[in-house]
Amino acid sequence: MEVSTLPISASHRGKLISSGYTSLSSLSSVSPSRLAQDLKISENEAVEILKVVSRRSGSEKIENGNHAIMNGAQTAWDMLHEEESSVCITTSCSDLDVILGGGIHCKEVTEIGGVPGIGKTQLGIQLAVNVQIPSGYGGLGGKAIYIDTEGSFMVERALQIAEACAQDMLEYDNLLRKDSQACRVIKQPKAFLENIFYFRVCTYTEQIAVINYLEKFISEQKDVKVVIVDSITFHFRQDFEDMALRTRLLGGMALKLMKLAKQFKLAVVLLNQVTTKYKEGSFQLTLALGDSWSHASTNRIILHWNGDERYAYLDKSPSLQSASAPYAVTGKGIRNAAPNCKRVKLM
Amino acid sequence: MANKLISEMGLPRSMANVFIARNIVTAKDALSLSEFELMEVLDVGLEEVTRAVAHISEISCPPYQTALSLLEQRNQNEYLAGHLPTRLKGLDAALFGGIPFGVVTELVGPAGIGKTQFCLKLALLASLPTSYGGLGGRVIYVDVESKFSSKRMIEMGLSSFPEIFHMEGLAQEMAGRILVLQPASLSEFTESLQHIKVSLLQHNVKLLIIDSMAALASGEYGLAPPKHHPLGWHISFIKSLAECYRIPVVVTNQVRSQSRDEASRYLFQEQSRAETIEDPPNFNSHLVAALGIHWAHAVTIRLVLEFRSGQRVIKIAKSSISPSMGFCFNITSSGVSLLDDEGVEMMGPEANTISWEGHIGIINYE
Repeated sequence: MEVSTLPISASHRGKLISSGYTSLSSLSSVSPSRLAQDLKISENEAVEILKVVSRRSGSEKIENGNHAIMNGAQTAWDMLHEEESSVCITTSCSDLDVILGGGIHCKEVTEIGGVPGIGKTQLGIQLAVNVQIPSGYGGLGGKAIYIDTEGSFMVERALQIAEACAQDMLEYDNLLRKDSQACRVIKQPKAFLENIFYFRVCTYTEQIAVINYLEKFISEQKDVKVVIVDSITFHFRQDFEDMALRTRLLGGMALKLMKLAKQFKLAVVLLNQVTTKYKEGSFQLTLALGDSWSHASTNRIILHWNGDERYAYLDKSPSLQSASAPYAVTGKGIRNAAPNCKRVKLM
Repeated sequence: MANKLISEMGLPRSMANVFIARNIVTAKDALSLSEFELMEVLDVGLEEVTRAVAHISEISCPPYQTALSLLEQRNQNEYLAGHLPTRLKGLDAALFGGIPFGVVTELVGPAGIGKTQFCLKLALLASLPTSYGGLGGRVIYVDVESKFSSKRMIEMGLSSFPEIFHMEGLAQEMAGRILVLQPASLSEFTESLQHIKVSLLQHNVKLLIIDSMAALASGEYGLAPPKHHPLGWHISFIKSLAECYRIPVVVTNQVRSQSRDEASRYLFQEQSRAETIEDPPNFNSHLVAALGIHWAHAVTIRLVLEFRSGQRVIKIAKSSISPSMGFCFNITSSGVSLLDDEGVEMMGPEANTISWEGHIGIINYE
């Protein structure tokens, strides 16, 4: 029954079916007043229903056209071209970029999890700064949205990282573009901070509201290239009795974020906490929010300790193989782990 | 903003009425349902539901700020750029000024290491008049284990700030600013937290100390982890107190020994375990923070106090701004004091472990 797939209210749907309007074609030639009479509804409502119907049958006509076999579909070949031309946000750690295939990809949802103090927020802030690297330096020249659910965003730290980033760009200039130096204007560290839009979210309702609102916000602001949620978990781990509701809300949120990523060609980065889980006779660490959540993100990166070093492990990715790479958190932000740095060890 | 009424959001009258008629009163009620569920419940078309949800979301969304305006706001409005100095030079330098306002700072360590000493000193510092570098405000000290000692605190005051404490009446004034609460149970603590929220602004409270959080949790629930964290509500409440009133919050946490089946690895690490070398035995004794990983995620700064080769060490184990530094310290009549302002950088998980080595020796000699 074609009518049952129309996005109209349940009572209208019921009335249509009981009056015998079950196919789209039966509705295509009926006048609004006739329909209103048959269904015993107001003429305005009938007009609304017919609008929905004409939009639906309009889209079906395109489906029969030559250019597209299926409306909204894209051939794998076109997608390949698009993937090749898409830019990544560098993590400032080249080892990490290598296992991620260049960095954090736009149009994808990437989840990053790890134990407390491993550097999740650090990586989040680093990405919020790095997304602003101008295209002349291999960056995206975009803006960042930082949704802070835990209150762990430290603006002083963001300034430090921005300063280091501006410094790196300056060095790059000195090395490679000695001649054309004059025409370059180096970004001031404070300018980086101006392009980070910070939302402080205090309840899970606000978290859902922000994510719903993002679509409008991004189309107004333009050029937002990364959305960072630090962390997706916090409000969903407390005060939640109804686990089914939690799963549903999280699922809905993941879908919306995925849609945003595709629509605006931006990267979505979700930071997640860890929890312990009993499996095969022993307790193990695993990312929080359960098994169904683990399907929500396109890529999943787990940050962990390996001996004395911080490592990032690519746990899930549709196109890259699982691998791990060391990284370091330094005063300048996320960097390569120095292989033989001499640091004083205590005793 | 989650409890904002839908009737006051400026939706078209007819739509607002539909929501209210179905007992969907607040933004929380509406946003907890998916658009399709709303279509069913409200009996309206998808288009209208989408528009209504977008509207409700926009209204209940918190306002945004750019990071730059955040920075400028902090620098302008806050005394000491938003930090309570600990007066331990090296530690203050590593923490960029001291214990930051607006976040939860945690002290973890074994019994007798000096957590309470540290807290007493902080309480004293916050109550000092601003002309002497204090915060000039009241302090709320939640003393769960009845360890608060006014005598010890005055002693610390006398030896670290003799010029102030020898003045007539000042010692009394300082001590009069410190309010000590001694809740006997978790429920009593929950109740007093609610009161604290009200009195924070009225009474110019500049510091909140909870010594210790772990005692509250273990007192009633034991160590068996229930499905929901017993302190789940408290975690978010304390964090929001710190943030709304922009005050430093200091909590202490105890340690317990690590059980053998404690999780410290991920599944993918288990699989490759056979090929890699076994973990070097770098933990001489296995101590972990009493409140588990869930709590550890929630604190913004974690300072670990421990024994290393018989020496007391305070180190920064988690901070989004400071490097992992360790400082040797001693407990003197003036409280905690650093032996050396030059800290040593901690490598890797060393920063996170809690060491206990050499402590027995100390007890024997003393």
